Amino acid sequence: MSIPARKVREFLRLGYTRNITHGAEVGRGALPEPARSAWKKPMNHTFIILTVLAYLASMGFYIGFLYAGKEFTGRVATLLMFLGLVTHYAALLVRARGTHTVPYHDLQGSMSLFGWLLAVTYLCLEIYHRQRTVGAFVLPVILAFIFTAYLVPDHPSSSATTPHGVVFALHVTLSILAYAAFALSCVLSLMYLAEERFLRMRRLGDVVWRLPPLELLERMSHTSVLVGLITIAAGTALGFVAVDRLPGEPAYFDPKYVVTLLVLLLYAAYFQLARTAAWRGARASKLCVFNFVLVVLSFTVVNLYFSQHHRYF
Amino acid sequence: MELVLVGLNFRTAPVEVRERVSFSKDQAQRAAEELRTKGILEETLVLSTCNRSEVYGVNPNANRESAHALSAYLSCFHAVQPDILNPSLYHHYDHDVVRHLFRVSAGLESMLLGEAEILGQVREAYLCAHENHATGPVLNRLFQAALEVGKRVRAETELGTRPMGIASAGMKLAERIFGKLNDRSALVLGAGTISEQVISQLRDRSIGNLYLTNRSREKAEEFARQYKGKVVEWGQWDVALKLPDVIVSAVGVQDPLLTKAMIERAMSARGNRALFLMDLGMPRNIDPAVAGLYSVYLYSMEDLTGIVEQNRNSRQSEVPKAEALVEEHIGKFISWQASVELTGLLDVLRSTLKERRAAFLQEKLSGVNHFSAQDREQIGGLMDELMDRLLVRPAERLRAEKEHRKKIQSVEAIRDLFLSDREKP
Repeated sequence: MSIPARKVREFLRLGYTRNITHGAEVGRGALPEPARSAWKKPMNHTFIILTVLAYLASMGFYIGFLYAGKEFTGRVATLLMFLGLVTHYAALLVRARGTHTVPYHDLQGSMSLFGWLLAVTYLCLEIYHRQRTVGAFVLPVILAFIFTAYLVPDHPSSSATTPHGVVFALHVTLSILAYAAFALSCVLSLMYLAEERFLRMRRLGDVVWRLPPLELLERMSHTSVLVGLITIAAGTALGFVAVDRLPGEPAYFDPKYVVTLLVLLLYAAYFQLARTAAWRGARASKLCVFNFVLVVLSFTVVNLYFSQHHRYF
Repeated sequence: MELVLVGLNFRTAPVEVRERVSFSKDQAQRAAEELRTKGILEETLVLSTCNRSEVYGVNPNANRESAHALSAYLSCFHAVQPDILNPSLYHHYDHDVVRHLFRVSAGLESMLLGEAEILGQVREAYLCAHENHATGPVLNRLFQAALEVGKRVRAETELGTRPMGIASAGMKLAERIFGKLNDRSALVLGAGTISEQVISQLRDRSIGNLYLTNRSREKAEEFARQYKGKVVEWGQWDVALKLPDVIVSAVGVQDPLLTKAMIERAMSARGNRALFLMDLGMPRNIDPAVAGLYSVYLYSMEDLTGIVEQNRNSRQSEVPKAEALVEEHIGKFISWQASVELTGLLDVLRSTLKERRAAFLQEKLSGVNHFSAQDREQIGGLMDELMDRLLVRPAERLRAEKEHRKKIQSVEAIRDLFLSDREKP
């Protein structure tokens, strides 16, 4: 799937122009008037409703494919997922235009963007590995993120020194993409552990016969972690560049930096250990799940309670 | 037109009788030809597998004598006494033939419920008969429908998805771990019947490397030649065990042949890559403690039997779905059959009415002299047109009738009301 370059530019420009137009800094609880009034405007929910419907239908077809194994059902599921991606993108775009800011400026947009990137990563992985059965397990996670995003109170980031510009936009987008890839590897690792357990216990129901082979799940998880590692490394590097460009005295320390570096190191360790004799298989999968718990902590507890500059990403 | 079927299967005949009545490809071809030239059947197809021998045909007459003639022919063809053969034979006619064939191709009449091989055997028998011009429009339609039923049952139900044999269940489990086995290697210990079944399953899955070992090296070499494998020296376990991803053992030993320590060494040598072990020996060939090792998956004969039993129950629950598909296709075939019969019946009815019209005009106008030959021809033409017009609407209505039973009843009513026994098609 290719997103038109013009749309990407427009998407990235939103964060940039907002700050150019309304002055340099946005203080805690002091949004400029036009932007503040934009938050109060009722949003057009057509695209998000279409997105949820498409994802729900896709999940239904993925589950049907898992049980019946009919190729046609699987294709319909993939098609619906693709449609969901398109409408989800439109929903993010409409929202960004409505609020005159980037999606990750608040928790709602940030989670919705995470869901979209997770869906993109999964679809790429499905096409690359030609394996559809994972869809039934990934879609509930995506839907959970979208539902949570639209259930939480709608308020913008109140960071005192919100950076801006293309570098910053790329930093955030790549970081969220990395989280999405790690979430996907967590789902795959959980599937691996469950299937392995069923095989050891000789409990082979209808679904187990249709799940991907253990080694394929392992490979898919590796691919996903590799994507996550590359994007989080690039995203973190860009983050330091963005901090450097901040006016005034940039803050070079934030607990988020430490946790992110720890996440990066742990995933790099997973990537290396998963190829060694001692860790290959179930142990590596458990490590992958553990790493994702840390990602979730970084995304929630660290962002909300410890970080000064990373509220919602 | 009446379909007829005479045959025997594993339920009605012991293996000794089945062996004597089975048809080779040439025999099937010869029998089909003879049955048609002798006028016993109009169209013929012989289906012969290890579990059944059946002759399908279209009866040239409306009576059921051809089934008895067919039984006598089978007895004569295979030189089996009728008193031995006849108790094992079953006879089916018309709709029962359709139902039986559809159930056969769906795998519902197989010894191993839902087996996939039968569909291929039905296809092969049909193609062979079709190439030899032994089939006609009726059997062509019948067997094409049977193949469609078979395909739909396998695609739309779970009847054929789960493995039913010990060897195939083991291979399916190995595929749960490794995916396709074509780039994997396997080691088979033993050269008995069970080992042969496993090797056959491995070859069906295009196993990358096949290693064989046996106490008797000659037997192992014989197997290796037959199945394109490599022989590994018996007893050199440290060398042999680090090679394969799949190990199958089916030898007669009192104490476990492969111990936990041996597998541990092998796992260490292969960098803990997953190892799948199938213990098909009795007593067990592999120490059960091996199952607890990291990345080792051990399945004993008992485990695999349990899985096959689970699958059998699961397949049994799919039977109603498969039967519903069979009934749907029987309905379609009967509808087609009724349409064909209707067309034939209308043709006969039209020509009979024309004959009667000609006789009627001959009788009534014989004393009338003022009509020229042209006038008589014109009167005849008008009467023909009237008859055609009278027949068109009922024929269209009958063709459009969707309820098979009503359609067949109407066809029968026309036949009884308008045609004498001699004229009936």
